[in-house]
Amino acid sequence: MLEANKHIDQQDFVLSIEGLTVSFDGFKAVNDLSLYVEEQEIRVIIGPNGAGKTTVLDLICGRTKSTEGSIKFKGKELTRLNEHQIVHAGVGRKFQNPSIYEDLTVFENLELSYPRGRNVWGALTFKRDQAVISKVEEIAEMIFLGDKLDMNTDLLSHGQKQWLEIGMLLIQDPELLMLDEPVAGMSVAERQQTAALLQRITKDRSVLVIEHDMQFVADIADRVTVLHQGKVLSEGSMERVQNDPKVIEVYLGH
Amino acid sequence: MNSMISNLFSRYQLTHMLILALLLVVVLPLSMDIFRLNLVGKYLTYSFVAIGLVLCWGYGGILSLGQGVFFGLGGYCMAMFLKLEASTPEATAIQSTPGIPDFMDWNQLTELPWFWQPFHSFGFTLLAIIAVPAIFALIVAVAMFKRRVGGVYFAIITQAVAAILTILIIGQQGFTGGVNGITDLRTLHGWDIRTDSAKYVLYFVCVALLFGCLFAAKYVINSKLGRLLVAMREREDRVRFSGYDVSAFKIFIFCLAAVFSAIGGAMFTLQVGFMSPSFVGIVPSIEMVIFCAVGGRLSVLGAVYGALLVNFAKTTFSESFPELWLFAMGALFIGVVMAFPNGLAGVWSSQVEPRIKALFNKPGRTTPAATNSTSAPAATPAESFNPEEPSHARG
Repeated sequence: MLEANKHIDQQDFVLSIEGLTVSFDGFKAVNDLSLYVEEQEIRVIIGPNGAGKTTVLDLICGRTKSTEGSIKFKGKELTRLNEHQIVHAGVGRKFQNPSIYEDLTVFENLELSYPRGRNVWGALTFKRDQAVISKVEEIAEMIFLGDKLDMNTDLLSHGQKQWLEIGMLLIQDPELLMLDEPVAGMSVAERQQTAALLQRITKDRSVLVIEHDMQFVADIADRVTVLHQGKVLSEGSMERVQNDPKVIEVYLGH
Repeated sequence: MNSMISNLFSRYQLTHMLILALLLVVVLPLSMDIFRLNLVGKYLTYSFVAIGLVLCWGYGGILSLGQGVFFGLGGYCMAMFLKLEASTPEATAIQSTPGIPDFMDWNQLTELPWFWQPFHSFGFTLLAIIAVPAIFALIVAVAMFKRRVGGVYFAIITQAVAAILTILIIGQQGFTGGVNGITDLRTLHGWDIRTDSAKYVLYFVCVALLFGCLFAAKYVINSKLGRLLVAMREREDRVRFSGYDVSAFKIFIFCLAAVFSAIGGAMFTLQVGFMSPSFVGIVPSIEMVIFCAVGGRLSVLGAVYGALLVNFAKTTFSESFPELWLFAMGALFIGVVMAFPNGLAGVWSSQVEPRIKALFNKPGRTTPAATNSTSAPAATPAESFNPEEPSHARG
């Protein structure tokens, strides 16, 4: 049985969450949750406020420690690792509010995210060589900021800051990318650009997205998971989820 | 060597280094008598601490109110060696136990404590000046930063450490010389450090070491680690989720600041001729933060000027109005923090420098934007040092 499970993990799922529970002073923000994400899948998590969506991402990336359950990423248990070790394993996380370094330029923001020289000695001896420069330029082009490399990031618009943070994740080349409300506060045009960007960057990785904008969800999602009170309420294609009476009752109905 | 330096530092930064070197090596020694120059040397020892604070506080956002601890540890290590050399059996023949430091004899100690023994060796002493504070800083930093203690809590704990060490030194006077400290230091390997010529030599050694620390600090700031410190100061979580172990970087920079302070402390002992707990405690530690704040907490050169100027002011002012000095110091700190958050270095680069440049009207170097375009990405770290950038003004 155990052997068979392990086999399934490695074969089909990049991420498998089983029986995950976290309790804050008795309140179970995430309650016995199980979730499986396949390779190259774009999975969107939706749910009403307080459903535990952000907490799930916090648990995966190590920001919050779980009370019970397991999170396996490519067969590796993440619940016991530190944040930076989880990043090294190949998980990238974007925060809800754009989290970038506003005292530095776009170039420096991307450079710091380049996955080399991550320990003290490495950072002291890090050289800005051609490989770094061309990778930074490539990513900047992809996130529509190719002409703003030398700009200080506090001058960027909100949407551009969101893109920059996505770019900072892309340069790490994670196998699992987690985005918390990537289009919040974006204009319609920016949303469409972001949707196109996400379609493009998911070619060789899995993506886990939290989003409220239903049009955007319909545009990008392979499958949708609906969370409610820390549990999975419904799961499947956007169409199926939208027609699920349970979901209509708690979330889409009002 | 030259090309290496010019790769690391922009010409702009080197010019400022040269001006300071000219001031310390030529102008001051020629214009001052040895008494005043020795005072400058003493002030410079504080600037070692201030440089460490620029790295640790200005860049890393880790405010330590206990740098006096490391200044003191370095100073005491040096003082222990000098005291042992001054306590030969012949020189201490009138004691009931000749051959041990005088204060031990006064405290009824009859033999040298074990931890004093290795300080007979000058090599060990030099090593200890670096290693003892570094290891102590490492212990404090690992205990704090691994548990993610930061900000005000860290500052308070460093204060507590400073208070504890002071009490320990004063309380254990048989081992440490107590409140008087370790005094009556005479020779270093038979070379009398109290003579005028020795004071000249020590002054220049101090300046040379200062530049060593300045270059090391600049190297760190201009490396990726310097940019990481700025990033950590702003968004610690983002740095963590970019795959960096934030605590390791904090531990490193705190230990480096401690080592700089300790070198300053050792030079203090050599130039002033004694070491006492009054340089270890809370008040001197806070004074050192003021030197750094006045000079500009994002500028290592500013820190040197800050330490020099505040101490000059202190000496001059306290000679005429001894009881008012502490109030003046407090007012200075509040004034600087309120009006010039980037200190003298900030005032220099935002007010004075543009005017000088306008006066000489040098094209191409008039605005930061112009320097930016001439020096492509390869030189951008230089700018992250420059306190004149508006983004830093908020930091």
